[in-house]
Amino acid sequence: MVEKFDVIVVGAGPSGNSAALRLAQAGLSVLQLERGETSGSKNVQGAILYADALEKLIPDFREDAPLERHIIEQRMWVLDDDSYIGSHYRSDAFNKQPYNRYTMIRSQFDKWFSERVQKAGALVICETTVTNLLLDNQRVIGVQTDRQGGEIYADAVILADGVNSLLAKKAGFHPELQPKDVALAVKEIHFLPQELIEQRFNVKDDEGVVIEMVGKITKGMMGTGFLYTNRESVTIGVGCMLSDFKKQNTTPYALLEQMKAHPAIQPLIQGGEMKEYTAHLIPEGGYNAMPDLYGDGWMIVGDAGMFVNAVHREGSNLAMTTGMHAADTLIELRKEGKEFSKTNLKRYQSKLDESFVMKDLKKYKDMPDVFHTNPQFFNDYPEMLSKAARTMLTVDGVDKKTKEKEIRHDFRRRRSLFGLVGDAFKLWRAFE
Amino acid sequence: MHIVVCIKQVPDSAQIRVHPVTNTIMRQGVPTIVNPYDLFALEEALRIKDQYGGRVTVLTMGPPMAEAALRKAISYGADDAVLVTDRVFAGSDTLATSFALASAIKQINKDMPVDLVFTGKQTIDGDTAQVGPGVAKRLDMQLLTYVSKIRSLDIENKEIVVERRSEGGVQVLKTKIPSLITVLEGNNEMRFATMANMFRAARYPVKIWNKDAAGIEDITKTGLKGSPTVVSKVFAPTPRAVKAEIIQCESNEPKDLSVTLLTKMFTKFPKIEKEISKRAA
Repeated sequence: MVEKFDVIVVGAGPSGNSAALRLAQAGLSVLQLERGETSGSKNVQGAILYADALEKLIPDFREDAPLERHIIEQRMWVLDDDSYIGSHYRSDAFNKQPYNRYTMIRSQFDKWFSERVQKAGALVICETTVTNLLLDNQRVIGVQTDRQGGEIYADAVILADGVNSLLAKKAGFHPELQPKDVALAVKEIHFLPQELIEQRFNVKDDEGVVIEMVGKITKGMMGTGFLYTNRESVTIGVGCMLSDFKKQNTTPYALLEQMKAHPAIQPLIQGGEMKEYTAHLIPEGGYNAMPDLYGDGWMIVGDAGMFVNAVHREGSNLAMTTGMHAADTLIELRKEGKEFSKTNLKRYQSKLDESFVMKDLKKYKDMPDVFHTNPQFFNDYPEMLSKAARTMLTVDGVDKKTKEKEIRHDFRRRRSLFGLVGDAFKLWRAFE
Repeated sequence: MHIVVCIKQVPDSAQIRVHPVTNTIMRQGVPTIVNPYDLFALEEALRIKDQYGGRVTVLTMGPPMAEAALRKAISYGADDAVLVTDRVFAGSDTLATSFALASAIKQINKDMPVDLVFTGKQTIDGDTAQVGPGVAKRLDMQLLTYVSKIRSLDIENKEIVVERRSEGGVQVLKTKIPSLITVLEGNNEMRFATMANMFRAARYPVKIWNKDAAGIEDITKTGLKGSPTVVSKVFAPTPRAVKAEIIQCESNEPKDLSVTLLTKMFTKFPKIEKEISKRAA
């Protein structure tokens, strides 16, 4: 028997689940295919859930979604070898419902999300890999899976198959990923008793803390580290650009081991039992590295389309939003009785352009290049800042004016006046 | 030929963690799988169906989430699936479980006479290997345990010949059907489901039976009430105090290796050296 659906969604991460949920709710026949054992079994994220994107899809998600802690404090640390200088922002305003951000454990969250998708009426089939797209001339008409009798047809296929979308690559929708456009991140979850977490991070109930880190922990490579508090565990991880790992000839786990031994970080995770170790690629090429996002009978959503805001560590919210817009495009076209042609699917691009997704990605489009070519932001500045703070805070009989001079001298020695001005300009241009 | 395969959904033991403080098993977030031994039983049943025709019904008792295990069995090619689930079954030991399963099989038998019942040799979470024999006893069926291979099936004369692994060798046994067979691991490999069966499994309405549907009237034989086994304590083994050690040796010659090892041993346990030299003398 030939199976035919309105839409096939490939992948059951946040973007695929969002698309499938929306489509099924609108009454379209949806098949979602996932290669992992369950939704979420192949997925890796820090993980912070930004409520806004999910709320648009599932307004009552807070009632039963498996959430860990809502974030009331954000720390930004710049680290050198044995110190950090940073800022903490904590506000009781973050303690007012509805909360804005949560930590979560993706394997549990994705399972919950997938249940919602199935309840909405989508047919979800796991442990099935889509190996090829079925084409009629240039038009996508279905998918081929790795199972016997695996040809399935659809009016449209949404590619939500994650970073390094082999499907899109095979179909020629986008070229091979470049090492400079992807980060490799590793993370560990360490089990710690709830009371200990609350003591160490000065929180109570389900309040949580986020620590974002830059500096010498990445050994001059473009990347960041992070530490999140879950209910009964702490997530710690680090990610750098793949091209930098290659250049430095170092491994992610070595980097994470060193980071865990940092005197500012070690006491926070001490005594924890490691429960989970995962690694994943993150598409961080930004706007300039994005593939074509739609064509005849197909659309790309989520990581597969490079929808990650590396500067603000946002990804899953972009994934959900792109999944939602892709679904809405198809729902509208179906209502209007229009076919899913390339011309008509342009509406997906317009929706994205109008949303925060494209606006943010455009804003930071030069950021990857700036950081790729200027390692001083990850090496020299953390050390300079740390030294400056140490100089000012050490009471040793030297007057403050002399100390200031010393700091200025150190900055100029390391980056030159021209370099300092240039760096400031580069950052300003990139963030503008 | 109607074969009922009893399966169980178990936590994936490879991913179980023990809570460092309370020493209890942390089941939260641990993925579940079909008990691996049961998959060998299911595959054996499917092969018989392929060869002789007939019907394969999978049966499990468990919480509502055990439906996923049955759905998986459907994707491999089982025809029907029954989940026996009821609050009165909570806390069942092997005796109470075999009672409930036997009752359910009697109900299934009404629909189409059951010729064979297959189970895995044991589960990986309970490790008792008692439920299969318990069911056989209650159904008054011939029981064959540790079966490694089904040699032949004579439908006309209602006879089955199997190989059974036992101490000292393999027994070839012939018995009358209906019978219950507990299947050993490793003699077959579960097939890769076809796309059509994946669709069938995704859409299949699993039969959910409560105690009444399973034909159970006497609830004192189910759940905690019907379970004489009491687990008084569960604890994690204490790690050994003595640490293992890798003994380095520059040469790879057996003689040098043994000298190095013995020197090390005798230095650590002088008593042993004394004893050996005394005997040698």
